[in-house]
Amino acid sequence: MFTFILRRVALIVPTFIGVTLLAFALIHLIPGDPVENLSGERGMDPARRERLLHEFGLDRPLPLQYLEYVGQILRGDLGTSLTTHEKVSEEFLTLFPATIELAFFALLFAVCIGLPAGIVAAVKRNTVADYAVMGVSLTGYSMPIFWWALLLILFFSVQLGWTPVSGRIAVQYDVPAVTGFMLFDTLRAGDVGAFRSALAHLILPSVALGTIPLAVIARMTRSSMLEVLREDYIRTVRAKGLPRWQVIIVHALRNALIPVITVIGLQVGLLLSGAILTETIFSWPGVGNWLIHGVQSRDYPVVQGGILMIATIVITVNLIVDTLYGVINPRIRHGR
Amino acid sequence: MAADITLPAIAKQAAPPSPLVEFWSSFRENKGAVGGLVILVLIVLTAIFADVLAPHSPYEQYRQFVRLPPAWYEGGNWSFPLGTDALGRDMLSRIMYGARYSLFIGLSVMTVSIVCGVGLGLIAAFAGGWIDTVISRVMDLIVAIPSLVLAILIIAILQNPSLGKTIVAVTIVSLPRYVRLVRASALSEMGKDYVTAAKVAGVGKLHLMLRTVLPNCMAPVIVQAALGVSDAILEAAALGFLGLGAQPPTPEWGAMVGDGREFIRSEPWIVTLPGLAILVTVISINLFGDGLRDALDPKLKRS
Repeated sequence: MFTFILRRVALIVPTFIGVTLLAFALIHLIPGDPVENLSGERGMDPARRERLLHEFGLDRPLPLQYLEYVGQILRGDLGTSLTTHEKVSEEFLTLFPATIELAFFALLFAVCIGLPAGIVAAVKRNTVADYAVMGVSLTGYSMPIFWWALLLILFFSVQLGWTPVSGRIAVQYDVPAVTGFMLFDTLRAGDVGAFRSALAHLILPSVALGTIPLAVIARMTRSSMLEVLREDYIRTVRAKGLPRWQVIIVHALRNALIPVITVIGLQVGLLLSGAILTETIFSWPGVGNWLIHGVQSRDYPVVQGGILMIATIVITVNLIVDTLYGVINPRIRHGR
Repeated sequence: MAADITLPAIAKQAAPPSPLVEFWSSFRENKGAVGGLVILVLIVLTAIFADVLAPHSPYEQYRQFVRLPPAWYEGGNWSFPLGTDALGRDMLSRIMYGARYSLFIGLSVMTVSIVCGVGLGLIAAFAGGWIDTVISRVMDLIVAIPSLVLAILIIAILQNPSLGKTIVAVTIVSLPRYVRLVRASALSEMGKDYVTAAKVAGVGKLHLMLRTVLPNCMAPVIVQAALGVSDAILEAAALGFLGLGAQPPTPEWGAMVGDGREFIRSEPWIVTLPGLAILVTVISINLFGDGLRDALDPKLKRS
C-alpha cells in the first residue's frame, strides 16, 4: 500500500516540474522583457537598460534564472502584481475561499440532484423518467455555461427578481472576513440578514457552475447502476425477498458508487475551468475572475502565479482521488 | 454441372455486407442519433449556403433599426426575422454566418488534433524509452491544467487573440485524449500475433505503424473525434465570450453572446439566440457522436 502511494506521488513530480517550466516560460515567451515594459513608449538609454537587466537578474543564463524561480516558489514567493502591487500569493489566498465556496456548492448541487436522478433513470430504465433524465443530462452536457449563467440571470434575477445579479453579498453588510467563506463568516458574526444575503448570492452561480457536473454524474450513476443491477448477487438478494428499495439503496448503490466517486473527484479541473466563466459573469470575487483580469491587463506575475497555484491544486486533488480509488479497489492497486 | 451454376449464387449471398452498410443499419436503430445527424446536416448546409440563405450581410449596420426585437414581438419587422443587435445588424444573418465559424473551428481542431495526436501516440508507442516518457509527461501536464485556463494561457503567450490562435489553443488543449487513446491501443495491438507475423514477414517500420497497426486503432479515435468537435466548439465559444477568441465584427456565436451581455435586461434576444445556436449544434453533434460510438464500437456501448 505504502509503495503504491509513493509510486503515485513520484509520478506527479515530472508534471509539477513541467508546470513550473511552463509558468517560467510564460514570462520569456511574451514579446518584450519586463525592463522594456518598464521603459514605456519613450525608450531607455542602453546603459540604464543594462543596469536594470542586471538588477532583475535577467542577464544571467536561462537555466540559472529558472532555478532561482523554482527557489522563489519553494519559499512561497510568487512575485508582485503589476497592477495592485500586492503579493500574488496573498491575493490568491484571499480570493481562493470564494472560489472554493462556489465550487463546493456547485458540486453539492450536482451530487444532490445528479445522483438520485441517475438512480431513478437506471431503476426505471426505458420509461419516461429515464428519457427525461437522459435528455436533461444531454442538454446539460452540451450547455455553453456562460450562456446558461446569463439565462439564469435573465429569468431568476431580471424577470422574477428572486435572486441578486452579482457579487457575494449585498453592499450594506460589512462582515469581517475571518475564514473568507462568506456563509461561515456571516454565521460567526451572528448576522442572519447577511447570511441570507450571502446564500441568495450563492444560488445562481452554483447552479450555473454545477450543471455540467450534474449531467456527468447523472449519466455515470445511471450506467454504473445498470451494470450493478445485472449482477448475480442482486438477483440473490431479490430472491431472498428483501424490499425493492433496500436492494437498490443498500446493495446496488454501494457498489455502483465507486466509479461515480472517482468521476466526482475528477470534476475539480472542470469546476475550476467553469469557475472562470461563472465568476466573470456573476462578478464573483474569486481566483477565476482575478486570473481573467490578470490576462486582460497583462499582469503577468498574476497569470504566472495563478496558473501555478491552480495546476498544483488540480494535480493534488487528482492524485488524492486516484490514490483513494486504488485504496478502495485492490484490483487497480495490484494491476501495475 | 448443376452445382457449378448454383455455387456463385450461394457465395454471393454469404458475402458480408460492406462495412458502411453494416454501420448504417446499426446506426439507424438509434433514433436520437439519426435526429442529431439530420439537424447537423441542416446546420452544415446553412453554413455552406449562408451567402444565399442569409437575408442581409452579417456586417451591414442598419442604423435606423438598432436593437429591433424578433418579428413576432411588438415592434418587430419581418425583414429582420430574429431582430437586430446593438449596431443594427441582422441577427438571423449573423447566426447563419456564425455556423461557419463554429463548424470551421470544430472541424479544424478535430483534424489537426487527430493528425498530431495519432502521430505522437504512434511514435510514443513504437519508440518507447525516453521519447515515450517525454510525450506522456507533456500530455499529463496539459491534462493537469484546467482546459480553459491553459487555453487562456496560450492566447496570452501568442498575444492579440484571433480565430487562428483560438484554433491553436483549443487544439493543444484537446491533444492529450487522442495521444493517450492511440498510444494505449497501439501498445495493446502490438502484442498481438498478427503484428508479430508482419514483423517476421519483414514489413518495414513505417508500414507496420501506418498500415498494420493504425487501422486497428481507429474506431475509438473516430468516436472520440465526433465528441471532440463539440468540446472544441464549446471551448472556442467560451474564449470568444471572454473576448479572447474571434474579434469583432466576426459573427462568432460565443463572441456575439459576450458582446450582447450588457443588453441582457433590455434586449435579451441579442444574447439568447446565438447561445441557443451553440446549444443546438453541440447537442446534435453529441447525439450523433453517441450513435457513432454505439455503431462503431459495440464494446463501449452504454447499457
